[in-house]
Amino acid sequence: MQSRYHHTSYFLLLISCFLLSGGCKKDNYDPPAAQLTGRIVYNGEPVNVEYNQVSYQLYQFGFGKVGPIEGTFNQEGVYSQVLFNGEYKFIIPNGQGPFRWKQTGAGAPDSVTINIQGNQTLDMEVTPYYLIRSPQLTAGNNKVTATCSIEQIITDASARDLESVSLYVNKTQFVSGADNIESATLSAADIADPDNVTLQVTVPAMTPAQDYVYARIGLKIAGVEDRIFSPLVRLDL
Amino acid sequence: MKRYFPHILSALLLSATGCKKDSDFLNVQPTSILTPEQAFAGPSQALSVLADLYNRQVDFSSLDGGWVSFADFSESFPSENGQTGIVQRNSWDFGAWGTWDYGYIRHLNLFIERATAAPALSDSDKKRFLAEARFLRANYYFEMVKRMGGVPLILESLEYDFGGDPTYLQYPRAKESEIYDFVISEAEAIKNDLPADPGEKSRATRAAALAMECRAALYAGSIAKYGVNTPQVSLPGGEVGIPASMANGYYTKALQAAQEIISGSAGTYALYNRKPDLSDNFANIFLDKNGNPESIWIEDFKLKSGKVHGFTVANQPRYGAEEEEGGRLNPSLNLVQAFEKLDNTFAPLPVADADGNPVYYENLLDIFAGRDARLAGTVILPGSAFRGRNVDIWAGYQLADGSIITGDDRGAQKELPGTNTPVQVVGFDGPVNAKEFTAQSGFYIRKYLDPAPGAGSRGTNSEVPFIRYRYAEVLLNAAEAAFELGQPGTAAGYMNQVRARAGLVIPLDAADITFDRIVHERRVELAFEGHILFDMKRWRLAHRVWDGAQMSVSDLTSNIGEAAKHSTQPYALWPYKIYDPASTNNGKWIYKIVRPALVTGTNRFRLGNYYSFINDEIRSNNPKIVRQPNQ
Repeated sequence: MQSRYHHTSYFLLLISCFLLSGGCKKDNYDPPAAQLTGRIVYNGEPVNVEYNQVSYQLYQFGFGKVGPIEGTFNQEGVYSQVLFNGEYKFIIPNGQGPFRWKQTGAGAPDSVTINIQGNQTLDMEVTPYYLIRSPQLTAGNNKVTATCSIEQIITDASARDLESVSLYVNKTQFVSGADNIESATLSAADIADPDNVTLQVTVPAMTPAQDYVYARIGLKIAGVEDRIFSPLVRLDL
Repeated sequence: MKRYFPHILSALLLSATGCKKDSDFLNVQPTSILTPEQAFAGPSQALSVLADLYNRQVDFSSLDGGWVSFADFSESFPSENGQTGIVQRNSWDFGAWGTWDYGYIRHLNLFIERATAAPALSDSDKKRFLAEARFLRANYYFEMVKRMGGVPLILESLEYDFGGDPTYLQYPRAKESEIYDFVISEAEAIKNDLPADPGEKSRATRAAALAMECRAALYAGSIAKYGVNTPQVSLPGGEVGIPASMANGYYTKALQAAQEIISGSAGTYALYNRKPDLSDNFANIFLDKNGNPESIWIEDFKLKSGKVHGFTVANQPRYGAEEEEGGRLNPSLNLVQAFEKLDNTFAPLPVADADGNPVYYENLLDIFAGRDARLAGTVILPGSAFRGRNVDIWAGYQLADGSIITGDDRGAQKELPGTNTPVQVVGFDGPVNAKEFTAQSGFYIRKYLDPAPGAGSRGTNSEVPFIRYRYAEVLLNAAEAAFELGQPGTAAGYMNQVRARAGLVIPLDAADITFDRIVHERRVELAFEGHILFDMKRWRLAHRVWDGAQMSVSDLTSNIGEAAKHSTQPYALWPYKIYDPASTNNGKWIYKIVRPALVTGTNRFRLGNYYSFINDEIRSNNPKIVRQPNQ
């Protein structure tokens, strides 16, 4: 009696082992493998923003309840997402980014339909309110000097005023209002000539000492919370 | 016969048990669930149902909800290593501060329906219970509208018919103004059914209803008025945003409701004034449960009842604490320096003279002399005492050449130059960077900290109440509403009462009352009472104050008292003792403004944070719920 009971339990154990090892294959999907990547551009020119602050959403319909796959652009305006093959809709929600994303007549963000079949690169065209043109950043005598001109891109009824221009300097390559060791700001009222803006900061002492910094120029637009930036540069002091 | 006997016997037995009908036999009343009839069989049963509903009210900060609910917004530094994320992240989640408890709303609606129908309740009991439930419901809708904007306004219990089509249960969001209107009209409707009894603190009273109405109307008024500064924060259907034209109507209602309390028609309330020392007096507002004239509605706690809280355990000064913990909430220098001087002016704490040389102080407390008494009533300052024991907050020795000798543990010992006996070189309360439970900002919180013996031990805890509405806030609400209605003289009258209690006896006159003054007064009077987020939101200042930009010392010390002054990182004020036997300054104290090393992030309030995210689950289940703006 006792031994037969033992027998049964071993048998059960064996069966469950089989089930467990076999179950992995049968029940599960392969992980998503298609990479969708790209950047936000204006007429092919990259638009730089602050990392983790400007978000986008991808929707896929046909699977019951609808919720977005959300992500944020990095500093260079690059996004990337690993997805299953299929049809997706891409939007940038209203109020995100220092640019205008196309909208439907009702004011909702319009979508871009993306058909994913394997890896894909797709740049997203946006219209920034302003652009920083010909940024020149130089370093010397422990100072960083930046010059640039500001071009207003959107001039129609939805044009917005310039609020301020800032030069940010940081030890690492994350450079923004939140990540900097020193900054200089010029408010719009103090900008005499938008074609010739000059900013300068004195680089403070860094621990541990390093002989280079990263810098970029950020532009604040009135009523828009995300700044638009010039490309990141590394400067030797 | 013998053969048949067993059959007869079993037939008899069967018929004997069979007397009970099957349905009766199976129908056993559960002993753990009361039927509606039983639950409303008498006033004490109904009251215990109501007590559960009271207990489920939602507060922004609550004493039993953890000290973290009081932290954040750069008003304090979190001195617990598991919570440093508060000062290391760069933005808040869109979902932060959200609440969507329609289960609670349903239970409130059921209570109202069942109590209305209950035959066993007397009319007077019924009237009061119903008014209380409606008060709780309105107060929770107020809590929701503060966080979410307009929400579906459900005033009856909804039943699903299992017909496969739930669309008739899907309600769209009401306008933001409609929810505020509901809160105001409910308060007006129930106030006369509630007792005008200032001795009743934990149940709803007439004054509680009026205080809710006053605050709600003020919030709605300011959203209407200041919403024009953020036109993006609105929805075309009015679910978010209130038209500017409605501002004056709301401010008028807020002022009326406040004046009804002030006039005494809801019972006699007054500012708490029982202690000669003004700072002790201010701290005592939150401790005194003996007929406190200031508190209007509280969440009460009671020792040995199971409803106690560990706020004192979590936040007591670490040195000499009743447990091996404490010191978690460290008020920031940003807040400390905002307390004005007794001549009604703002100034940074004098750490250095005009030439940049350090100011030497004989006593640690001297630097804080001549300030608003609420400072020492809200914050435990270095050199002051809690529960009769001095706190030991100092960061180290500074030598003649400016070098620092300090340690990396509480009360660490080292040899000073020219000596060979180790001496204590840092306080037992810190500050030491990243040493949790020490005063890393140089300060501990005093508000709500219970000096009763045992309050700081985990086995006893504290019964200090959380005040949800108090008289001083009513006065400040009245002052703000009067100011916005163009009556600065009236506003000054109300504000001066609150200020005089804090030792600011030079009265402000009508011309002194500005928007900045109103903002400032609420910040210092109501610090750590769960107001700052909602105040900054309704004035549409949040995205300017918490703008995500790094803060420098000069940012910190300039423009104090300005409403939109940005405050994105909590700063610290560390005392150092001078060791220079040759100098007359030997043994004196200097102060240094530092940013705690753990503070690496900045507070950034995005436009999408003004109204908390309504999650995808809710919006998928009910497609009529529109999304919040800017998210």
